[in-house]
Amino acid sequence: MIEFKQVSKTFRLGKREVHAVKDVSLKVEQGDIYGIIGFSGAGKSTLLRLVNLLERPSEGSIEIQGVDVTSLSAKELRKQRRNIGMIFQNFNLFNSRTVAGNIAYPLKLAGTPKHEINTRVEELLRFVGLADKAKDYPDQLSGGQKQRVGIARALATNPDILICDEATSALDPDTTADVLRLLKQVNREFGITILLITHEMEVIQSVCTKVAVMENGEVIESGGVFEVFTDPQHTTTKRFIHSVQQDLPSPNVLAEWRESGGGSLYRLKFKGPVANEPVLSTVTAKHGITFNIVYGSVRELEERLFGNLIVSFLGDPAAVEAAIREIATLTDIEEVQEIER
Amino acid sequence: MNVDWTTFWPRIIEATGQTITMVIATLIFGSILGIIMGLLLFVTRQNNILENKFVFNLLNIVINIIRPVPFIIFLVAISQLTRLVVGTTIGTAAAIFPMTIVASFTIARVVENNLVSIDPGVIEAAQAMGASPLRIIFTVLIPEALGPLVLGLTFVTVTLIDFSAVAGTVGGGGLGHIAMTYGYQRFDASVMIVTVLILIVLVQLAQWLGNTLSRKIMRR
Repeated sequence: MIEFKQVSKTFRLGKREVHAVKDVSLKVEQGDIYGIIGFSGAGKSTLLRLVNLLERPSEGSIEIQGVDVTSLSAKELRKQRRNIGMIFQNFNLFNSRTVAGNIAYPLKLAGTPKHEINTRVEELLRFVGLADKAKDYPDQLSGGQKQRVGIARALATNPDILICDEATSALDPDTTADVLRLLKQVNREFGITILLITHEMEVIQSVCTKVAVMENGEVIESGGVFEVFTDPQHTTTKRFIHSVQQDLPSPNVLAEWRESGGGSLYRLKFKGPVANEPVLSTVTAKHGITFNIVYGSVRELEERLFGNLIVSFLGDPAAVEAAIREIATLTDIEEVQEIER
Repeated sequence: MNVDWTTFWPRIIEATGQTITMVIATLIFGSILGIIMGLLLFVTRQNNILENKFVFNLLNIVINIIRPVPFIIFLVAISQLTRLVVGTTIGTAAAIFPMTIVASFTIARVVENNLVSIDPGVIEAAQAMGASPLRIIFTVLIPEALGPLVLGLTFVTVTLIDFSAVAGTVGGGGLGHIAMTYGYQRFDASVMIVTVLILIVLVQLAQWLGNTLSRKIMRR
């Protein structure tokens, strides 16, 4: 669907060269909600703008539905852009046009007949739940309503792809959830492939199916959201995940636990079906030891369960060791080191 | 040595008409030229939709050369050109030519300033929707900047009323001419007061019209 092939983008700022995107290869499949996460300055905004060539790559190519977009003429590119809807952090609505006028704009560009424009605008307004706001101007709307107009405008020409530039970053948590629900609906109902960038792990966690983590212009980790969340490789990825799910007690609590003479702590991860089975109690009972859950959570990601438990084992040291060995064959277990971060 | 007001009023009315003609004609010609130049200045800027260093620098330098020249000096300096274009250097038509040139450069800057204040994100959004540069100029830049632009043009109009008086002193006709010949050279304070009052009324009218129009456009 969208494929970045060894794409780099270098900006020249006076005499200094800024490598915003470095050798990125990434594949977004049809129907994905693909999230790119990174701290500000990681290059994700530039990467997103390479999709519709608002920025041109310095090296590499971008293929959309098998076509190398960098080879398109100016006119072909304008046509291609009608197939890629885009929404923005600051909505970027035309203040001189009404809500209906904003949504009609891309249709006018595409040369759609007037009566068709009217029906389509009404349809879109109903879809985003703003049927009563057609004649309002953007400055009369709330942030969430503005983004709904932005989404309706981006969908007007029935694009195959929707790209979202920090679409929820300017919204409060409730409105964010609304807009994310709407994006999910867009993906499900119209089969539109979504590529979004964000610095908020909640966004990735709640809507994305795939994720790529960017740092200093490079993609340092990518894959299915469930896999990346349950088995992060890179420190930056771990930091992002930690921002939405506390997978360890805070360092102070850990220190207290050790001072009070608490034993070794182990982290167990249960992914998918294992989370439904009583692994801990079965194994500990078998070896004649008991366990104490110190900390933990079970959550849902991509409609699969993911458990993260911090436990200590009580009983004969040899039996504990045997039990840990057996648990290791069933699911992930590791000893919690002093203080990880 | 006071003027006979019964016969003088028609002259005042005629002069007011000349002033209004000069201002409106200049405003129309100057706006056409100025808006084109202002748009060119904006779109040819670095990183803008039709970036062109040559066009930008050329316009920028020409505007910066003309703008600081005091109008009365400019008026005299280009009189040969005025004669060439209009056929004479005396009268209302002859005043409109230099006024238009100066006004268009001023309007170019006003337009540029208003366009710069448009959120670049809005232009980016139009590009992302597949709008061509020309399309962006007419359907995004002009409508988005129109409210402040009308206020800017109102400001220029008030300056033009001032310029028309200056042009009047060197044979341009209008209220400036009357004020100079009767009020200044013949020491008739009553003529001076009347012309000044009429000029004040004209300025007020222009400002009121501009404010109303821009408020309507900006919906506030």
